[in-house]
Amino acid sequence: MTIDWGIVEMAIPLLARGTLVTLEISFVAGVLACILGFTLGLCALGHLRVLRWAVAAYVDFIRGTPLLIQIFLVFFALPVIGIRLDETWAGIVALAANTSGYIAETVRGGVGSIERGQTEAARSIGMTHPQILAYILLPQALRPIVPPLTNELISMTKNSSLLSVISVYELTRAGQAIISVHFVPFEIYLLLAIYYYGLIKTLSWLSRWVESRMPRL
Amino acid sequence: MTAAGREPALRVKGLTKVFADKSGPKTVLHNIDLDVASGETVVIIGASGSGKTTLLRCINYLERPTSGTVYLDGRVIGRIYRRSGKWKDASERVLAKQRRGISFVFQRFNLFPHLTPLDNVAIGLNKVSGLAKRIARERAAEHLRKVFLGDHLHKRPSELSGGQQQRVAIARAIALEPTIILFDEPTSALDPELVREVLDVIRMLAASGMTSVIVTHELSFALQVAQRVVFMDEGTIIEQGPPWDLFAAAREARTRRFLEHFNLPDVRAGS
Repeated sequence: MTIDWGIVEMAIPLLARGTLVTLEISFVAGVLACILGFTLGLCALGHLRVLRWAVAAYVDFIRGTPLLIQIFLVFFALPVIGIRLDETWAGIVALAANTSGYIAETVRGGVGSIERGQTEAARSIGMTHPQILAYILLPQALRPIVPPLTNELISMTKNSSLLSVISVYELTRAGQAIISVHFVPFEIYLLLAIYYYGLIKTLSWLSRWVESRMPRL
Repeated sequence: MTAAGREPALRVKGLTKVFADKSGPKTVLHNIDLDVASGETVVIIGASGSGKTTLLRCINYLERPTSGTVYLDGRVIGRIYRRSGKWKDASERVLAKQRRGISFVFQRFNLFPHLTPLDNVAIGLNKVSGLAKRIARERAAEHLRKVFLGDHLHKRPSELSGGQQQRVAIARAIALEPTIILFDEPTSALDPELVREVLDVIRMLAASGMTSVIVTHELSFALQVAQRVVFMDEGTIIEQGPPWDLFAAAREARTRRFLEHFNLPDVRAGS
């Protein structure tokens, strides 16, 4: 097995561009997923039964179907009901929708892990349920929530490679484009693996740094 | 001690609590009646499992009573009167409002660990009573000085001793100027050497006219602080009266049997 170094040299900047796109998409999708996930998670903890059921059904659907199918659904099914998104935004929406389901569960679990006495103490000074969530439970739950949350965001970044199937020009798609012209699958997929590995390692290192800076109780 | 016809601060009428258990329904409180006058300190004693704690929890609706009514200053807690003429269970939102007149001091303090002692006390004044944050903090600091914690305003709750934490919890309870404070075994989770500082604070507050119901196993404390002692067993009030009368000359055999477990030499010497 010999490696075509000429191809590698040519691919490196192209893949770097793809990495940038992967980062951008993951960043936007991550922000959306957090907003949606925290909202859903808090709804799941609320007192409105309809909302709790809706969130449970949503999370169940997200967890019970493959991400690839969800991506196709957003890309091909949304236009049918009149929502047209270009492939990048469709990809972002699909990733965010998927990850938000998992984040909602993480939030619900994290807040649920705070001992009952906290809720009771807050109720005993006359706080309402939304106040208890906002001022008492959520601030304490942040610490247990953050590690699984960053895990979710990191796997989302990895999963963004699936967006190549709807032609989003992210890292995997950038590699495939090179392969289709030069037919050098081994070199390119190896390079892709190295790029993803570097990216994911960097993100894990970053998230551990964030976790270490979380205030202790 | 209250003028005839005046509403008691707290009135519990026919309160029954049934817990649905795996082995079937279990009645923890049977038809409890209890009045507490304004300024009065009532101590509830009884063996564990006698329903004392459940009674306190039902009074401020941490548990919803199965039946019976709780009145605070003559107003019904936990239910609202519909125009249709029927009573309806109050929603959590309404309950939160009705509950402001009742404070609760927990056995395990339940301080908010992410807040300083100052903010543990200030948060209720700020978010519930609606005071501006700065004023809420000033007020909170005053209350913490009252329980001798003026030097610990900005620490973490975890840096405080159990006794100090419970005193913060008491400051949090009095800050909202409730009609009544319920104490659920406030010293049971404390190391013996820390019990006294907490009891001293409660004694001081009782002397200053605070209305309270205290569940405790500290009988000599009950003797000093209570106007009335209530003995509970198996979910009912067996008997009640001034502490000296009850400790020295209980009428009911069950009360005497319970009191035998304690050393109360000063009582017997005094009687």
